[in-house]
Amino acid sequence: MESIPIDLNSGPKAVLELIYRLKVGDVMSRDLATAAPDASLRDIRSLMRDRGISGVPVVEGTRLIGLVTIENILEALDGGWIDQSAQEHMTRSVIVLEADMPLTFAITYLNRYGYRRFPVLDKNGALSGIVSAKDIIRALLVEMNHEVERLEEGLAKAEPAPENTSAHSKSFSFPTRHWDFETAGRASAALKSELKKRGVDPAVQRRASVTSYELELNQVIHSDGGVMEFEVGPDKTVITARDTGPGIANLESALTEGFSTANEWIRSLGFGAGLNLPNARKSSNEFSIESAIGKGTTVIAVILHTPKTEPGSPV
Amino acid sequence: MNISELPRVLTLTPVQEAFDDRPIAGAYTSDLLSDVMARASADYVLITIQAHRNTVAVASMLNLAAIIICNDRPIPDDMVEAAREERIALHVSGQTQFQVSGILYAALGSKG
Repeated sequence: MESIPIDLNSGPKAVLELIYRLKVGDVMSRDLATAAPDASLRDIRSLMRDRGISGVPVVEGTRLIGLVTIENILEALDGGWIDQSAQEHMTRSVIVLEADMPLTFAITYLNRYGYRRFPVLDKNGALSGIVSAKDIIRALLVEMNHEVERLEEGLAKAEPAPENTSAHSKSFSFPTRHWDFETAGRASAALKSELKKRGVDPAVQRRASVTSYELELNQVIHSDGGVMEFEVGPDKTVITARDTGPGIANLESALTEGFSTANEWIRSLGFGAGLNLPNARKSSNEFSIESAIGKGTTVIAVILHTPKTEPGSPV
Repeated sequence: MNISELPRVLTLTPVQEAFDDRPIAGAYTSDLLSDVMARASADYVLITIQAHRNTVAVASMLNLAAIIICNDRPIPDDMVEAAREERIALHVSGQTQFQVSGILYAALGSKG
């Protein structure tokens, strides 16, 4: 198994930043060697040898139907079916990535599934590339070189998250990144533990956490990245979710349950059903949203620490 | 019925058992986590096939009692780790969401 030893939760910030900038489509090999379903395994073996690769996607037109791996070839040589066709012996259940997924998905998949390469599909489901550990390592090295150059030139400015604590109120903030589901929830977990520490009513803790998590997810799914700011006072929590774009075209639609512009793989995780903003509004006592195309969106939600009213949320 | 009694009434394999035992308030069955966020209440059991770390994040925000992953879906290590950190009971079952929900519905007296 080839794994990539990068801690996506608590690795160095500079390294994580550059990983989140990259998409699978940026690092994959586009120069594809593919085979037709009726190609013989012997021919595919030659292709692997000539190109120095260990997996060949089998395609019908642009549609991926399977993968012939070096293991399939070894079995064929052992079992005596090397002259039979790819479609008879290929691996049919293939785990794929999409070109617009963040690179973190590829790293997580390599570490999780132990396969050496993943075919990459475009938005329309057509095969557009293949990504291996080698591709990822190469891309990361190139990016790291750029990053070190930037650091040396003193261009990278460190921005520690501001944290102010007075006797009664505390403010803190967390950055969010587009499509970073791996760390989504950190900001909301911090809010929850702060409220718990203060002994705030559990039902209020829950409403505040839900509001915060929905706003955080909304930034992760839809924005170019942003920041979650919290101000926890003695009797209320103010959550400000600020992002830098792209802005919401129709606020009324965005606040309607079921309206979503999320793509297919986000939906496959169980998100992107158009409930983030409506849920956040329901769970808070005050809710305001401002958005401008090209500039970004700011949501301010207030949660009162008095347990009596549970606006709109089911009991 | 307490969280610790789940393996007694259901056919399941415990995956993560570091949790604070307490009574189960009800259950909610959904694979749409946004829907779970809107509807599941505290101390509920979540019945789902969404086997990834974000499910634990949702459960933690909602103070859910336990997560049951159906259809023997493989559970990634980082999900188990997150559940341990958040002290949320995590089980896997070979049964479908319908079957698990049905048995739990009877056992809990139709709560939730």
